Amino acid sequence: MSPAKEASANPVPMKERIKIPRQGMPEQAAELRVMNFTEVNLGYSMELARQEALRCLECAKPTCVDYCPVGVKVKDFVKLIVAGDYLGAAAKIREDNVLPAITGRVCPQEDHCEGFCLLHKKVDSLGIGYLERFVADYEQKAGAPPAANAAPTGKKVAIVGSGPAGLSAAGDLIQRGHQVHVFEALHEIGGVLVYGIPEFRLPKQVMREQIDTMRKMGVEFETNVVVGKTVSIDELFEEEGYDAVFIATGAGLPVFLNIPGEHLNGVYSANEFLTRINLMHAYEFPRYDEPMVGLRGKHVAVIGGGNTALDAIRSARRLGAERAYVLYRRSETEMPARAEEVKHAKQEGIDFQVLTNPVEFLDDGRGWLRAARCVRMELGEPDASGRRRPIPIAGSEFEVPLSVAIIATGTSANPLVQSTTPGLKTNKRGYIEADSESQRTSRKGVFAGGDIVTGSATVILAMGAGRRAAKAIHEYLNTGAW
Amino acid sequence: MYRILDAQFIAPGIKRFVIDVPRIAKKHQAGQFVILRLHERGERIPITIESSDREKGTIRIVVQAVGKTTYELNALETGGAILDVVGPLGKPSEIEKYGTVAVLGGGVGTALAYPTTAALKKAGNRILTILGGRSRELVLLEKEMREVSDALYVTTDDGSYGEKGLVTDKLRELIGKGEPIQLVLAVGPVPMMKAVADLTREHGIKTIVSLNPIMIDGTGMCGGCRVLVGGKSQFACVDGPEFDAHQVDFGVLMQRNRMYRDAEKESLERFQHACEGDGQNGGKCRSGAENAAPVVIAGGKP
Ligand SMILES: Cc1cc2nc3c(=O)[nH]c(=O)nc-3n(C[C@H](O)[C@H](O)[C@H](O)COP(=O)(O)OP(=O)(O)OC[C@H]3O[C@@H](n4cnc5c(N)ncnc54)[C@H](O)[C@@H]3O)c2cc1C
Repeated sequence: MSPAKEASANPVPMKERIKIPRQGMPEQAAELRVMNFTEVNLGYSMELARQEALRCLECAKPTCVDYCPVGVKVKDFVKLIVAGDYLGAAAKIREDNVLPAITGRVCPQEDHCEGFCLLHKKVDSLGIGYLERFVADYEQKAGAPPAANAAPTGKKVAIVGSGPAGLSAAGDLIQRGHQVHVFEALHEIGGVLVYGIPEFRLPKQVMREQIDTMRKMGVEFETNVVVGKTVSIDELFEEEGYDAVFIATGAGLPVFLNIPGEHLNGVYSANEFLTRINLMHAYEFPRYDEPMVGLRGKHVAVIGGGNTALDAIRSARRLGAERAYVLYRRSETEMPARAEEVKHAKQEGIDFQVLTNPVEFLDDGRGWLRAARCVRMELGEPDASGRRRPIPIAGSEFEVPLSVAIIATGTSANPLVQSTTPGLKTNKRGYIEADSESQRTSRKGVFAGGDIVTGSATVILAMGAGRRAAKAIHEYLNTGAW
Repeated sequence: MYRILDAQFIAPGIKRFVIDVPRIAKKHQAGQFVILRLHERGERIPITIESSDREKGTIRIVVQAVGKTTYELNALETGGAILDVVGPLGKPSEIEKYGTVAVLGGGVGTALAYPTTAALKKAGNRILTILGGRSRELVLLEKEMREVSDALYVTTDDGSYGEKGLVTDKLRELIGKGEPIQLVLAVGPVPMMKAVADLTREHGIKTIVSLNPIMIDGTGMCGGCRVLVGGKSQFACVDGPEFDAHQVDFGVLMQRNRMYRDAEKESLERFQHACEGDGQNGGKCRSGAENAAPVVIAGGKP
């Protein structure tokens, strides 16, 4: 049978498919989940997954695949779900994506696959993320062994940073038979996926399972190594015998607002706030040693409108914050957060104060935050980002009483590797310059990708970069050509 | 896991450790620190490296028990282990030939000042050291410091050793005598560093202090260790820990260091309480966390 005419296992006639409603994701009730850190989305059952998969129109030219940064073969894996071959579906995804349990949960599907689904022209798009998560979880439970690696090549690759870019490159390189060693500065593997994204969106257990799988495949992990401090890139080549290095150190440095009062007690960067909670388990103090400011009954605000902002404020809510605000200087349309997170946050009683910007943090007289003085904004002409520029409205200032303010307005490049690697070119914002296809840098044998090249972006884009780097590293190791 | 090859008390509540960490020993420069985490439920704390031995692959640290984690650390013995040790972090001290350098070490701060003093001495500086402590046993590392100093003075708050008074009294006296001091390095409790900065500012003497804010990752990622220097936010972990004392806002540093005071107190009390109870099972004062109250994961509920 030629592939073009391959029969569909889907028994539902094409014009009926559009009539099947999108299957909702079972979730923990909002009143309950604001009291715990367990995952909000509970996952599809087999019946729901099948019902959802039946909606796929099996387009001849699936745009969902075109718009996936790693080209996951959506149509093919959905067909396998319809056929009941879940492990086959998982294997199909793994051809392009080594972390499906993660992307299924945190990808901004509305900007990629689902946003370009044909169904979306008339009705709700296919639940591609939900289906991806379903097969990834199914595969995990089934304990399917990872695919075998190619014969050892004898080449050694060092990966710096264990976020999605580093992990995706590591997974691909080990499969191609290279020895892969991942260096991580923190004491846990996973980058933003462990220190940034909270348990209620991405359970640590899911991460641990993915990393265990990679260990089984032969990837070596070494924590507590800050490349640039503990060991330099040059030493990795000259003293430790690596043949290539992939830098995937992320966009780690928090950017502050530079407004008065930012040093007051109770003002946090989102990175610190989330690190205390996710990495250090401060919410389990005193069982864990790391403390944090008590939030029970307090008024808390986050400044910003991205995923980081929502993760921080929803965590604050779970820690007992009585009032929890999002202060965002543009309107809801411009918010960069995933649509599902905005929906969940609203269900959890988060108060969205859009077109609002703090101009000063006010002292209670004892060095602690008392309130934020804010100004209302209106939208003007589009700026460099293409979004309409927010402009302060004169005379609109007002105070929001607060005990804790969390700043989530962005990050910048972590300079530790760049500043200790001679000849490594960076752009004027300090990010590493790398070729968009091969991820090659200005230094022979050194590749870079993920947020350290693009600035803060997404998990799937970082994974895409890791994948392209792995391919280019493999070629470089085979040919030696630069 | 990083092995503790040696652990000895050098003063009441102050212990010196030799830790097996070849990677860090190889790269350590004076002025840098490590971050430690003792066990799975531990917090991350910064500790300055006192010295390192590249050949043996070891570093030495000096720890004063002030909070739960440092008490717990000081309960560890030779042969024990620390779960995580990362470093060397922070910028190394700027070592140059300045001429005459006055080094002021307060309490355990002396251990932090030691490697920089040794490096300054090696660079050809004339070193005048003033060690201070509340009482005799809190004057640390006198022998080591003497080896790298041209003159060494001791002051104690209670007069039990050296001269009665503060390190700043001695410094004022030396300045008054016309000692040509080009640089002052002061490491110790925040009030002491502030007092030194106030004194040297009057005399226009460049002064370096090593700051000790609350820190988590130590790589610049969280921003928790930000200090106000010259009116601008700086991260002690990557921009420091040494700064120009005359630019530092010590008030903000003290205020931010108080942020978790209640939690720290609670943590320490629970630990000490658990330690007492531990007497029966061999007195092996472990984490203490085992005896802690059950966790309530989240709020929202009355
Ligand atoms: C709170 C939060 C929520 C987010 N939510 C989403 C979401 O829902 N969906 C989405 O698609 N994206 C989301 N993002 C963005 C996404 O997480 C990032 O774009 C992605 O993680 C970038 O991957 P990376 O591998 O480039 O870097 P990172 O994930 O940042 O990983 C870099 C790793 O390198 C380590 N490192 C840094 N310097 C060194 C060094 N010198 N030596 C050794 N190791 C080093 C770091 O410790 C870190 O572990 C979120 C980001 C945050 C902060």
